[in-house]
Amino acid sequence: MATTLGAEPNTVHDLPELTQEEYLRYGRHIILPDVGEAGQRRLKASRVLLIGAGGLGSPTAMYLAAAGVGTLGLVDFDVVDASNLQRQILHGTSTLGHRKVDSARDRLHDLNPNVHLETYDAPFSASNALEIARDYDVIVDGTDNFGTRYLTNDVSVLLGKPNVYGSIFRFEGQASVFATADGPCYRCLYPSPPPPGMVPSCAEGGVLGVLPGLIGTIQATETIKLLLGLGDTLAGRLLLVNTLDMSFRTVRLRRDPACPACGTRTITHLEEYTEYCGIPGTEATAAANAVAAGTGDITVRELAEKLARGDDFDLIDVREPYEWQIGRIPGARLIPLGEFEAAIPTLDPSREIVVQCRSGQRSGRAVAALQAAGFVYARNLVGGILAWSDEIDPTIPKY
Amino acid sequence: MPVTVNLPSILARLAENARQVEARPAPSATVGDVVSEVVARYPELGPRLRDEQGQPYPFVTFYLNDDDIRFNGGFAAAVRDGDEVTIVPAIAGG
Repeated sequence: MATTLGAEPNTVHDLPELTQEEYLRYGRHIILPDVGEAGQRRLKASRVLLIGAGGLGSPTAMYLAAAGVGTLGLVDFDVVDASNLQRQILHGTSTLGHRKVDSARDRLHDLNPNVHLETYDAPFSASNALEIARDYDVIVDGTDNFGTRYLTNDVSVLLGKPNVYGSIFRFEGQASVFATADGPCYRCLYPSPPPPGMVPSCAEGGVLGVLPGLIGTIQATETIKLLLGLGDTLAGRLLLVNTLDMSFRTVRLRRDPACPACGTRTITHLEEYTEYCGIPGTEATAAANAVAAGTGDITVRELAEKLARGDDFDLIDVREPYEWQIGRIPGARLIPLGEFEAAIPTLDPSREIVVQCRSGQRSGRAVAALQAAGFVYARNLVGGILAWSDEIDPTIPKY
Repeated sequence: MPVTVNLPSILARLAENARQVEARPAPSATVGDVVSEVVARYPELGPRLRDEQGQPYPFVTFYLNDDDIRFNGGFAAAVRDGDEVTIVPAIAGG
Protein backbone atom coordinates (compact mmCIF):
# COMPACT_ATOMS: atom_id res chain seq x y z
CA MET A 1 0.00 0.00 0.00
CA ALA A 2 1.24 3.47 -0.86
CA THR A 3 2.32 5.95 1.74
CA THR A 4 -0.40 8.35 2.78
CA LEU A 5 0.30 11.88 1.65
CA GLY A 6 -2.83 13.78 2.34
CA ALA A 7 -2.23 15.22 5.73
CA GLU A 8 0.75 15.72 7.94
CA PRO A 9 -0.98 14.64 11.13
CA ASN A 10 -1.00 10.89 10.80
CA THR A 11 -3.40 10.14 13.59
CA VAL A 12 -7.11 10.42 13.04
CA HIS A 13 -7.26 12.44 16.20
CA ASP A 14 -5.33 15.29 14.56
CA LEU A 15 -7.46 15.41 11.42
CA PRO A 16 -10.22 18.01 11.01
CA GLU A 17 -13.69 17.01 12.16
CA LEU A 18 -16.53 16.58 9.71
CA THR A 19 -19.66 18.67 10.09
CA GLN A 20 -23.15 17.16 10.08
CA GLU A 21 -23.58 18.38 6.52
CA GLU A 22 -20.30 16.73 5.51
CA TYR A 23 -21.29 13.38 7.02
CA LEU A 24 -24.37 13.46 4.81
CA ARG A 25 -22.55 14.77 1.72
CA TYR A 26 -19.73 12.24 1.90
CA GLY A 27 -21.82 9.32 3.14
CA ARG A 28 -21.00 7.09 0.14
CA HIS A 29 -17.29 7.59 0.83
CA ILE A 30 -17.60 7.08 4.55
CA ILE A 31 -19.25 3.69 4.12
CA LEU A 32 -16.44 2.58 1.78
CA PRO A 33 -14.26 0.29 3.90
CA ASP A 34 -11.00 1.69 2.49
CA VAL A 35 -11.99 5.33 2.98
CA GLY A 36 -14.22 5.58 6.01
CA GLU A 37 -14.53 8.58 8.28
CA ALA A 38 -10.78 8.74 8.79
CA GLY A 39 -10.14 8.81 5.02
CA GLN A 40 -12.72 11.52 4.51
CA ARG A 41 -11.15 13.62 7.24
CA ARG A 42 -7.78 13.02 5.61
CA LEU A 43 -9.17 14.34 2.30
CA LYS A 44 -10.47 17.37 4.16
CA ALA A 45 -6.98 18.05 5.47
CA SER A 46 -5.41 17.63 2.01
CA ARG A 47 -4.16 20.25 -0.42
CA VAL A 48 -3.99 19.62 -4.17
CA LEU A 49 -2.59 22.01 -6.78
CA LEU A 50 -4.02 21.87 -10.29
CA ILE A 51 -1.89 23.38 -13.04
CA GLY A 52 -4.41 24.33 -15.71
CA ALA A 53 -8.16 24.77 -15.45
CA GLY A 54 -8.89 23.59 -18.99
CA GLY A 55 -9.77 20.23 -20.50
CA LEU A 56 -7.97 18.02 -17.99
CA GLY A 57 -8.30 20.44 -15.10
CA SER A 58 -12.09 20.59 -15.46
CA PRO A 59 -13.03 17.02 -14.50
CA THR A 60 -10.10 16.74 -12.10
CA ALA A 61 -11.08 19.85 -10.18
CA MET A 62 -14.75 18.96 -10.14
CA TYR A 63 -14.26 15.42 -8.87
CA LEU A 64 -11.67 16.44 -6.29
CA ALA A 65 -13.97 19.20 -5.05
CA ALA A 66 -16.95 16.85 -4.96
CA ALA A 67 -14.83 14.28 -3.11
CA GLY A 68 -14.10 16.78 -0.37
CA VAL A 69 -10.42 17.57 -0.86
CA GLY A 70 -10.04 20.40 1.65
CA THR A 71 -7.98 22.84 -0.40
CA LEU A 72 -7.68 23.07 -4.16
CA GLY A 73 -5.20 25.42 -5.80
CA LEU A 74 -5.92 26.43 -9.40
CA VAL A 75 -3.33 28.01 -11.70
CA ASP A 76 -4.51 29.43 -15.02
CA PHE A 77 -4.10 32.82 -16.64
CA ASP A 78 -6.49 32.27 -19.55
CA VAL A 79 -10.04 33.48 -20.12
CA VAL A 80 -13.00 31.32 -21.09
CA ASP A 81 -13.44 31.15 -24.85
CA ALA A 82 -16.34 29.60 -26.76
CA SER A 83 -13.97 27.08 -28.32
CA ASN A 84 -13.21 25.76 -24.79
CA LEU A 85 -16.76 24.68 -24.02
CA GLN A 86 -16.69 21.51 -26.16
CA ARG A 87 -14.57 19.90 -23.43
CA GLN A 88 -13.85 22.27 -20.52
CA ILE A 89 -16.94 21.49 -18.49
CA LEU A 90 -15.78 23.56 -15.54
CA HIS A 91 -16.84 26.61 -17.54
CA GLY A 92 -20.08 27.54 -19.26
CA THR A 93 -21.78 29.89 -21.65
CA SER A 94 -22.53 32.27 -18.78
CA THR A 95 -18.82 32.65 -18.00
CA LEU A 96 -17.55 33.32 -21.53
CA GLY A 97 -14.89 36.00 -21.32
CA HIS A 98 -14.39 35.53 -17.58
CA ARG A 99 -11.04 34.60 -16.08
CA LYS A 100 -10.89 30.82 -15.94
CA VAL A 101 -9.95 30.83 -12.28
CA ASP A 102 -13.01 32.98 -11.50
CA SER A 103 -15.29 30.79 -13.59
CA ALA A 104 -13.84 27.71 -11.89
CA ARG A 105 -14.26 29.19 -8.43
CA ASP A 106 -17.97 29.81 -9.01
CA ARG A 107 -18.59 26.32 -10.36
CA LEU A 108 -16.56 24.53 -7.69
CA HIS A 109 -18.09 26.57 -4.88
CA ASP A 110 -21.53 25.56 -6.11
CA LEU A 111 -20.42 21.93 -6.30
CA ASN A 112 -18.98 21.91 -2.79
CA PRO A 113 -18.84 25.08 -0.67
CA ASN A 114 -16.77 23.25 1.95
CA VAL A 115 -13.72 23.27 -0.33
CA HIS A 116 -11.26 26.10 0.14
CA LEU A 117 -10.09 27.42 -3.23
CA GLU A 118 -6.82 29.23 -3.82
CA THR A 119 -6.56 30.70 -7.30
CA TYR A 120 -3.52 31.96 -9.19
CA ASP A 121 -4.44 34.08 -12.20
CA ALA A 122 -0.93 33.96 -13.64
CA PRO A 123 1.19 31.73 -15.84
CA PHE A 124 2.90 28.93 -13.90
CA SER A 125 6.50 30.02 -14.44
CA ALA A 126 10.00 29.47 -13.16
CA SER A 127 9.66 32.63 -11.09
CA ASN A 128 6.55 31.62 -9.13
CA ALA A 129 6.25 27.83 -9.41
CA LEU A 130 8.17 26.79 -6.30
CA GLU A 131 6.45 29.33 -4.12
CA ILE A 132 2.99 28.36 -5.37
CA ALA A 133 3.55 24.60 -5.14
CA ARG A 134 5.42 24.46 -1.85
CA ASP A 135 2.43 24.07 0.44
CA TYR A 136 0.51 21.45 -1.52
CA ASP A 137 0.53 17.67 -1.08
CA VAL A 138 0.03 16.65 -4.71
CA ILE A 139 0.48 18.49 -8.01
CA VAL A 140 -1.79 17.68 -10.96
CA ASP A 141 -0.41 18.38 -14.44
CA GLY A 142 -3.29 19.55 -16.60
CA THR A 143 -1.20 21.87 -18.76
CA ASP A 144 -1.34 22.11 -22.52
CA ASN A 145 2.27 22.61 -23.55
CA PHE A 146 5.64 20.96 -23.18
CA GLY A 147 7.36 23.85 -21.45
CA THR A 148 4.95 23.88 -18.52
CA ARG A 149 5.01 20.10 -18.33
CA TYR A 150 8.79 20.10 -17.81
CA LEU A 151 8.44 22.94 -15.33
CA THR A 152 5.71 21.07 -13.42
CA ASN A 153 7.89 17.97 -13.37
CA ASP A 154 10.96 19.77 -12.10
CA VAL A 155 8.96 21.55 -9.39
CA SER A 156 7.50 18.22 -8.28
CA VAL A 157 10.92 16.57 -8.12
CA LEU A 158 12.57 19.50 -6.34
CA LEU A 159 9.80 19.68 -3.75
CA GLY A 160 9.37 15.89 -3.46
CA LYS A 161 5.67 16.00 -4.33
CA PRO A 162 3.91 13.52 -6.62
CA ASN A 163 3.02 14.78 -10.08
CA VAL A 164 -0.23 13.32 -11.39
CA TYR A 165 0.24 13.50 -15.13
CA GLY A 166 -2.29 13.50 -17.95
CA SER A 167 -1.92 14.46 -21.58
CA ILE A 168 -4.21 14.28 -24.59
CA PHE A 169 -4.14 14.64 -28.35
CA ARG A 170 -6.95 13.97 -30.82
CA PHE A 171 -8.36 10.57 -29.74
CA GLU A 172 -5.54 9.42 -27.46
CA GLY A 173 -4.36 10.12 -23.98
CA GLN A 174 -1.65 9.27 -21.49
CA ALA A 175 -1.67 9.20 -17.70
CA SER A 176 0.86 8.38 -15.03
CA VAL A 177 2.10 9.39 -11.60
CA PHE A 178 5.58 10.86 -11.54
CA ALA A 179 8.04 11.96 -8.89
CA THR A 180 7.01 9.64 -6.11
CA ALA A 181 9.72 8.63 -3.63
CA ASP A 182 11.05 5.76 -5.75
CA GLY A 183 9.32 6.24 -9.08
CA PRO A 184 10.37 7.81 -12.38
CA CYS A 185 9.64 11.38 -13.40
CA TYR A 186 8.46 12.91 -16.66
CA ARG A 187 12.05 13.47 -17.78
CA CYS A 188 12.72 9.73 -17.34
CA LEU A 189 9.95 9.12 -19.87
CA TYR A 190 10.80 11.94 -22.26
CA PRO A 191 14.28 13.38 -21.60
CA SER A 192 13.61 16.33 -23.89
CA PRO A 193 10.64 17.73 -25.82
CA PRO A 194 10.13 17.62 -29.57
CA PRO A 195 11.33 20.59 -31.58
CA PRO A 196 8.80 23.29 -32.44
CA GLY A 197 6.39 22.21 -35.10
CA MET A 198 6.96 18.46 -34.85
CA VAL A 199 3.88 17.85 -32.72
CA PRO A 200 0.79 19.95 -33.35
CA SER A 201 -1.12 21.37 -30.41
CA CYS A 202 -4.75 20.51 -29.68
CA ALA A 203 -5.69 23.91 -31.07
CA GLU A 204 -4.29 22.75 -34.40
CA GLY A 205 -4.79 19.01 -34.34
CA GLY A 206 -8.10 18.88 -32.54
CA VAL A 207 -9.17 16.81 -29.56
CA LEU A 208 -12.21 14.67 -28.87
CA GLY A 209 -14.24 16.61 -26.31
CA VAL A 210 -14.81 13.73 -23.91
CA LEU A 211 -11.16 12.61 -23.98
CA PRO A 212 -10.01 15.04 -21.25
CA GLY A 213 -12.99 13.76 -19.27
CA LEU A 214 -11.59 10.25 -19.42
CA ILE A 215 -8.00 11.20 -18.65
CA GLY A 216 -8.89 13.89 -16.11
CA THR A 217 -11.02 11.52 -14.06
CA ILE A 218 -8.13 9.06 -14.06
CA GLN A 219 -5.95 11.88 -12.70
CA ALA A 220 -8.54 12.64 -10.02
CA THR A 221 -8.67 8.94 -9.09
CA GLU A 222 -4.90 8.70 -8.82
CA THR A 223 -4.80 11.86 -6.72
CA ILE A 224 -7.30 10.49 -4.21
CA LYS A 225 -5.42 7.17 -4.06
CA LEU A 226 -2.20 9.06 -3.30
CA LEU A 227 -3.87 11.16 -0.62
CA LEU A 228 -5.42 8.12 1.07
CA GLY A 229 -2.65 5.60 0.41
CA LEU A 230 -5.05 3.37 -1.49
CA GLY A 231 -4.20 0.63 -3.98
CA ASP A 232 -1.43 0.82 -6.55
CA THR A 233 -1.04 4.08 -8.38
CA LEU A 234 0.27 4.54 -11.91
CA ALA A 235 3.74 5.35 -10.53
CA GLY A 236 6.14 3.32 -12.68
CA ARG A 237 3.52 2.76 -15.34
CA LEU A 238 2.25 4.82 -18.26
CA LEU A 239 -1.40 4.33 -19.18
CA LEU A 240 -2.10 4.70 -22.90
CA VAL A 241 -5.72 5.28 -23.84
CA ASN A 242 -6.97 5.10 -27.40
CA THR A 243 -10.64 5.96 -27.67
CA LEU A 244 -10.95 4.82 -31.28
CA ASP A 245 -10.61 1.17 -30.37
CA MET A 246 -11.20 1.91 -26.65
CA SER A 247 -7.96 0.23 -25.70
CA PHE A 248 -6.26 0.80 -22.36
CA ARG A 249 -2.65 -0.34 -22.29
CA THR A 250 -0.04 0.15 -19.59
CA VAL A 251 3.68 0.12 -20.30
CA ARG A 252 6.37 -0.02 -17.66
CA LEU A 253 8.36 3.08 -16.75
CA ARG A 254 11.69 3.05 -15.00
CA ARG A 255 13.56 5.72 -13.14
CA ASP A 256 16.50 6.69 -15.33
CA PRO A 257 19.70 6.88 -13.25
CA ALA A 258 20.96 9.48 -15.74
CA CYS A 259 17.84 11.65 -15.43
CA PRO A 260 19.02 15.18 -14.58
CA ALA A 261 15.93 15.78 -12.42
CA CYS A 262 15.42 12.67 -10.29
CA GLY A 263 18.57 10.66 -11.13
CA THR A 264 21.76 12.68 -11.03
CA ARG A 265 19.79 15.63 -9.60
CA THR A 266 21.80 18.11 -11.62
CA ILE A 267 18.67 20.19 -12.00
CA THR A 268 18.79 22.15 -8.78
CA HIS A 269 16.80 25.20 -9.80
CA LEU A 270 14.19 26.14 -12.38
CA GLU A 271 15.22 27.50 -15.72
CA GLU A 272 13.14 29.58 -18.11
CA TYR A 273 10.80 27.15 -19.83
CA THR A 274 8.86 29.39 -22.19
CA GLU A 275 11.39 28.95 -24.98
CA TYR A 276 11.91 25.32 -24.11
CA CYS A 277 9.90 24.00 -26.96
CA GLY A 278 8.34 26.76 -28.91
CA ILE A 279 4.90 25.23 -28.64
CA PRO A 280 2.72 27.87 -27.05
CA GLY A 281 1.11 27.58 -23.68
CA THR A 282 -2.32 28.62 -24.79
CA GLU A 283 -4.14 29.49 -27.93
CA ALA A 284 -3.98 33.10 -26.80
CA THR A 285 -0.20 33.11 -26.96
CA ALA A 286 -0.02 31.29 -30.27
CA ALA A 287 0.13 34.40 -32.35
CA ALA A 288 2.82 35.94 -30.17
CA ASN A 289 4.96 32.83 -30.49
CA ALA A 290 4.50 32.70 -34.23
CA VAL A 291 5.53 36.28 -34.60
CA ALA A 292 8.56 35.64 -32.44
CA ALA A 293 9.51 32.80 -34.78
CA GLY A 294 9.68 35.08 -37.78
CA THR A 295 10.82 38.58 -38.46
CA GLY A 296 7.90 39.80 -40.53
CA ASP A 297 4.35 40.09 -39.33
CA ILE A 298 1.24 41.84 -40.49
CA THR A 299 -1.99 42.66 -38.67
CA VAL A 300 -5.43 41.87 -40.04
CA ARG A 301 -6.12 45.60 -40.42
CA GLU A 302 -2.99 46.05 -42.50
CA LEU A 303 -3.98 43.05 -44.60
CA ALA A 304 -7.49 44.42 -45.11
CA GLU A 305 -6.00 47.73 -46.27
CA LYS A 306 -3.65 45.94 -48.68
CA LEU A 307 -6.54 43.97 -50.15
CA ALA A 308 -8.67 47.11 -50.44
CA ARG A 309 -5.83 48.92 -52.23
CA GLY A 310 -5.38 46.00 -54.61
CA ASP A 311 -1.72 45.56 -53.67
CA ASP A 312 0.15 42.90 -55.61
CA PHE A 313 1.06 40.08 -53.23
CA ASP A 314 0.34 36.41 -52.58
CA LEU A 315 -1.95 35.41 -49.72
CA ILE A 316 -1.48 31.78 -48.69
CA ASP A 317 -3.69 29.92 -46.23
CA VAL A 318 -1.85 26.97 -44.64
CA ARG A 319 -4.84 25.45 -42.83
CA GLU A 320 -6.42 22.11 -43.65
CA PRO A 321 -9.13 21.77 -46.35
CA TYR A 322 -11.89 21.21 -43.77
CA GLU A 323 -10.94 24.48 -42.10
CA TRP A 324 -10.93 26.23 -45.47
CA GLN A 325 -14.54 25.08 -45.90
CA ILE A 326 -15.53 26.85 -42.68
CA GLY A 327 -14.40 30.22 -43.97
CA ARG A 328 -11.59 31.97 -45.80
CA ILE A 329 -10.11 35.37 -46.45
CA PRO A 330 -10.86 36.70 -49.95
CA GLY A 331 -7.99 36.16 -52.35
CA ALA A 332 -6.33 33.47 -50.27
CA ARG A 333 -4.89 30.31 -51.82
CA LEU A 334 -4.86 27.05 -49.88
CA ILE A 335 -1.61 25.18 -49.31
CA PRO A 336 -1.98 23.02 -46.16
CA LEU A 337 1.07 23.19 -43.91
CA GLY A 338 1.88 19.53 -44.55
CA GLU A 339 2.30 20.33 -48.25
CA PHE A 340 3.88 23.71 -47.77
CA GLU A 341 7.53 22.75 -47.81
CA ALA A 342 7.11 20.91 -51.11
CA ALA A 343 5.32 23.94 -52.57
CA ILE A 344 8.04 26.47 -51.67
CA PRO A 345 9.90 25.99 -55.00
CA THR A 346 6.70 26.99 -56.81
CA LEU A 347 6.57 30.34 -54.98
CA ASP A 348 8.27 33.52 -56.18
CA PRO A 349 10.85 34.79 -53.65
CA SER A 350 10.76 38.26 -55.18
CA ARG A 351 7.09 38.73 -54.33
CA GLU A 352 5.55 39.71 -51.01
CA ILE A 353 3.87 36.67 -49.46
CA VAL A 354 1.41 36.87 -46.57
CA VAL A 355 0.76 33.55 -44.86
CA GLN A 356 -2.22 32.91 -42.62
CA CYS A 357 -3.80 30.07 -40.66
CA ARG A 358 -6.30 29.87 -37.82
CA SER A 359 -4.43 31.68 -35.07
CA GLY A 360 -1.01 32.54 -36.50
CA GLN A 361 0.91 29.55 -35.18
CA ARG A 362 1.14 27.31 -38.24
CA SER A 363 1.61 30.30 -40.53
CA GLY A 364 4.47 31.37 -38.27
CA ARG A 365 6.19 28.10 -39.01
CA ALA A 366 5.48 28.45 -42.73
CA VAL A 367 6.99 31.94 -42.71
CA ALA A 368 10.03 30.60 -40.85
CA ALA A 369 10.39 27.94 -43.58
CA LEU A 370 10.12 30.62 -46.26
CA GLN A 371 12.74 32.74 -44.54
CA ALA A 372 15.04 29.74 -44.26
CA ALA A 373 14.59 29.27 -48.01
CA GLY A 374 15.65 32.87 -48.62
CA PHE A 375 12.26 34.57 -48.95
CA VAL A 376 12.76 38.04 -47.50
CA TYR A 377 9.25 39.33 -48.10
CA ALA A 378 7.32 36.65 -46.21
CA ARG A 379 4.93 37.93 -43.54
CA ASN A 380 2.81 36.17 -40.96
CA LEU A 381 -0.79 37.26 -40.32
CA VAL A 382 -0.94 37.84 -36.58
CA GLY A 383 -3.94 36.14 -34.98
CA GLY A 384 -4.91 34.40 -38.22
CA ILE A 385 -8.48 34.04 -39.36
CA LEU A 386 -9.67 34.31 -35.74
CA ALA A 387 -8.40 37.90 -35.64
CA TRP A 388 -9.85 38.48 -39.13
CA SER A 389 -13.25 37.38 -37.81
CA ASP A 390 -12.87 39.56 -34.70
CA GLU A 391 -11.76 42.73 -36.42
CA ILE A 392 -12.63 42.61 -40.13
CA ASP A 393 -15.36 40.16 -41.06
CA PRO A 394 -17.47 38.77 -38.20
CA THR A 395 -19.48 36.66 -40.68
CA ILE A 396 -16.56 34.24 -40.82
CA PRO A 397 -17.20 31.61 -38.12
CA LYS A 398 -14.62 31.19 -35.38
CA TYR A 399 -13.79 27.62 -34.45
CA MET B 1 8.93 -14.11 -37.68
CA PRO B 2 5.97 -11.75 -37.21
CA VAL B 3 6.39 -8.78 -34.89
CA THR B 4 3.48 -6.41 -34.32
CA VAL B 5 4.15 -2.67 -34.29
CA ASN B 6 1.52 -0.49 -32.59
CA LEU B 7 1.29 3.06 -33.92
CA PRO B 8 -0.58 5.95 -32.29
CA SER B 9 -3.04 7.69 -34.60
CA ILE B 10 -0.74 10.70 -35.04
CA LEU B 11 1.77 8.35 -36.73
CA ALA B 12 -0.78 5.98 -38.26
CA ARG B 13 -1.81 8.68 -40.71
CA LEU B 14 1.68 8.35 -42.21
CA ALA B 15 1.15 4.58 -42.55
CA GLU B 16 -2.08 4.56 -44.55
CA ASN B 17 -3.97 4.86 -41.24
CA ALA B 18 -2.79 1.46 -40.03
CA ARG B 19 -2.60 1.48 -36.23
CA GLN B 20 -1.03 -1.96 -36.25
CA VAL B 21 1.65 -3.00 -38.70
CA GLU B 22 3.03 -6.50 -38.88
CA ALA B 23 6.74 -6.74 -39.61
CA ARG B 24 8.45 -9.97 -40.62
CA PRO B 25 12.11 -9.44 -39.80
CA ALA B 26 14.74 -12.13 -40.13
CA PRO B 27 15.56 -14.32 -37.12
CA SER B 28 17.84 -12.62 -34.55
CA ALA B 29 16.54 -9.24 -35.67
CA THR B 30 16.47 -6.14 -33.48
CA VAL B 31 13.92 -3.43 -32.76
CA GLY B 32 15.97 -1.26 -35.13
CA ASP B 33 15.48 -3.84 -37.90
CA VAL B 34 11.75 -3.86 -37.27
CA VAL B 35 11.66 -0.05 -37.44
CA SER B 36 13.67 -0.13 -40.68
CA GLU B 37 11.22 -2.59 -42.21
CA VAL B 38 8.24 -0.42 -41.24
CA VAL B 39 9.95 2.72 -42.56
CA ALA B 40 10.77 0.94 -45.85
CA ARG B 41 7.06 0.25 -46.21
CA TYR B 42 5.98 3.74 -45.07
CA PRO B 43 8.87 6.15 -45.79
CA GLU B 44 7.04 9.18 -44.35
CA LEU B 45 7.32 7.57 -40.93
CA GLY B 46 11.12 7.64 -41.09
CA PRO B 47 11.83 11.16 -39.83
CA ARG B 48 9.17 10.77 -37.13
CA LEU B 49 10.78 7.64 -35.67
CA ARG B 50 14.53 8.10 -36.08
CA ASP B 51 16.94 11.01 -36.06
CA GLU B 52 19.52 11.68 -38.75
CA GLN B 53 21.88 9.21 -37.11
CA GLY B 54 19.19 6.53 -37.22
CA GLN B 55 18.70 6.62 -33.44
CA PRO B 56 15.47 7.08 -31.46
CA TYR B 57 14.47 10.59 -30.46
CA PRO B 58 14.26 11.44 -26.76
CA PHE B 59 10.61 12.39 -27.27
CA VAL B 60 9.47 9.18 -28.97
CA THR B 61 9.60 6.11 -26.74
CA PHE B 62 9.67 2.55 -28.03
CA TYR B 63 8.35 -0.27 -25.87
CA LEU B 64 9.19 -3.88 -26.56
CA ASN B 65 6.47 -5.95 -24.93
CA ASP B 66 5.70 -2.97 -22.69
CA ASP B 67 9.32 -2.38 -21.60
CA ASP B 68 11.20 0.78 -22.59
CA ILE B 69 13.95 -0.27 -25.04
CA ARG B 70 16.31 2.42 -23.73
CA PHE B 71 16.96 0.18 -20.73
CA ASN B 72 17.49 -2.86 -22.92
CA GLY B 73 19.93 -1.80 -25.64
CA GLY B 74 17.79 0.69 -27.55
CA PHE B 75 17.33 -0.19 -31.22
CA ALA B 76 19.79 -3.07 -30.67
CA ALA B 77 17.29 -4.85 -28.40
CA ALA B 78 16.57 -8.31 -29.82
CA VAL B 79 13.05 -9.20 -30.91
CA ARG B 80 11.46 -12.62 -30.95
CA ASP B 81 8.57 -14.18 -32.77
CA GLY B 82 5.29 -12.70 -31.56
CA ASP B 83 6.81 -9.65 -29.87
CA GLU B 84 5.01 -6.31 -29.83
CA VAL B 85 6.66 -2.95 -30.36
CA THR B 86 4.60 0.01 -29.15
CA ILE B 87 5.60 3.52 -30.21
CA VAL B 88 4.61 6.38 -27.92
CA PRO B 89 5.47 9.94 -28.96
CA ALA B 90 5.23 12.79 -26.47
CA ILE B 91 1.95 14.68 -26.56
CA ALA B 92 1.18 17.78 -24.58
CA GLY B 93 -2.48 18.64 -25.00
CA GLY B 94 -4.56 19.33 -21.94
